[in-house]
Amino acid sequence: MKDFNYHSAKDSKEASKLASSSSAFLAGGMTTIPSMKLGLATYKDLIDIKNIKKLSGIKVSGKSVTIGAATKHVEVSNSKDVKKAIPSLSSLAEGIGDPQVRNRGTIGGSIANNDPSADYPSACIALNATIHTNERKIEAAKFFKGMFETALKKGELIEAIEFQIPEKSSYQKHPNPASRYAIVGVYVAKHKEDVNVAVTGAKSCVYNDKEMSKALSGNFSSSSIDGMDLDSSEMNSDMHASADFRASLVVTQAKKAVDAC
Amino acid sequence: MGKISLEVNGRKVEKEASDNTLLSTFLREHLQLTGTHIGCDTSQCGACVVHVDGNSLKSCTALAADVNGSKVTTIEGLETNGKMHPMQEAFKKLHGLQCGFCTPGMVMSAVDLLQKNKKPSDTEIRDWLEGNICRCTGYQNIVAAVKEAATKM
Repeated sequence: MKDFNYHSAKDSKEASKLASSSSAFLAGGMTTIPSMKLGLATYKDLIDIKNIKKLSGIKVSGKSVTIGAATKHVEVSNSKDVKKAIPSLSSLAEGIGDPQVRNRGTIGGSIANNDPSADYPSACIALNATIHTNERKIEAAKFFKGMFETALKKGELIEAIEFQIPEKSSYQKHPNPASRYAIVGVYVAKHKEDVNVAVTGAKSCVYNDKEMSKALSGNFSSSSIDGMDLDSSEMNSDMHASADFRASLVVTQAKKAVDAC
Repeated sequence: MGKISLEVNGRKVEKEASDNTLLSTFLREHLQLTGTHIGCDTSQCGACVVHVDGNSLKSCTALAADVNGSKVTTIEGLETNGKMHPMQEAFKKLHGLQCGFCTPGMVMSAVDLLQKNKKPSDTEIRDWLEGNICRCTGYQNIVAAVKEAATKM
């Protein structure tokens, strides 16, 4: 791994002041460090944000669950408050990677990286999340721009993610047996007004499946999406699953999620 | 370059290391603690698992700088007065290893599991060892060893 300068920031202000066009924020490092080791990314400066106290912790209000960006997956999966308010979010965290990854990886890191197969982006879309940064608030629907691409500007730091508590929800994934990344993951959330069906792993970026959302908003039963023939033309196709198989998996996992709600 | 201060296996250490030094490199090359193995070096195999402040992590995917000031336990830190840790005893007794390459990481992960879950089921053991890969044993005897250790710890 090429050398760089390591900085540990005390607060968000210091972190964004240190940021430049050749820097990266370091949270759990579960993607950043392997990418740097493989030579896929090089930075002059790594700005560690784990020691910024304000960025860790979980707050639950009547309508929402707010999770600090540097909160680890293990903290979300173990949180009694999250389990009570949005049980599907806690079980999603419990299914990420392996225990060592969950001991280090953070929610903010996962979202900022926006891996097409990551779990958390689907939670953000399904639970109408608001991403709080040191500069502004961004709706999840406008945050995830494309493969590994987000609305974040250089030096902009995620501080917290605010999830809307749904009436019912469930996240179901067909994991890659080695990495536990989602080959396809579907997060179904029934809110008062409508239903979101957020899909990860199937395309280059997480998305809300409008067709299934519409069907489930009319009748919240797995029978209303049974046998739905989704367009697979934009779906990923690789050694693990063809586009057509992914399209079929999306429906299967969505049905499982609705039944588990 | 920066100063890395850690407490490793109960001993305070302080060494200069470049900022890109991984914890696994720091342990093996700066402290000569070669019990921590580097297998895949891409955070999948788990041969490099150590404990940092009581929790297991993959030391090939953590910077030494990033755990500065922490308490680290490696496989070398498990024995007491030359006596093996119950988990090591159980792995030996039940043939939880063959070539032994994955064993340090496997043992460190398993010890962390029993710290958090005193009586894990077979499924819980297998789930917990998700991030530790063994190419020899077929895992049966590893699971049996962890169960045995649970009765002794």
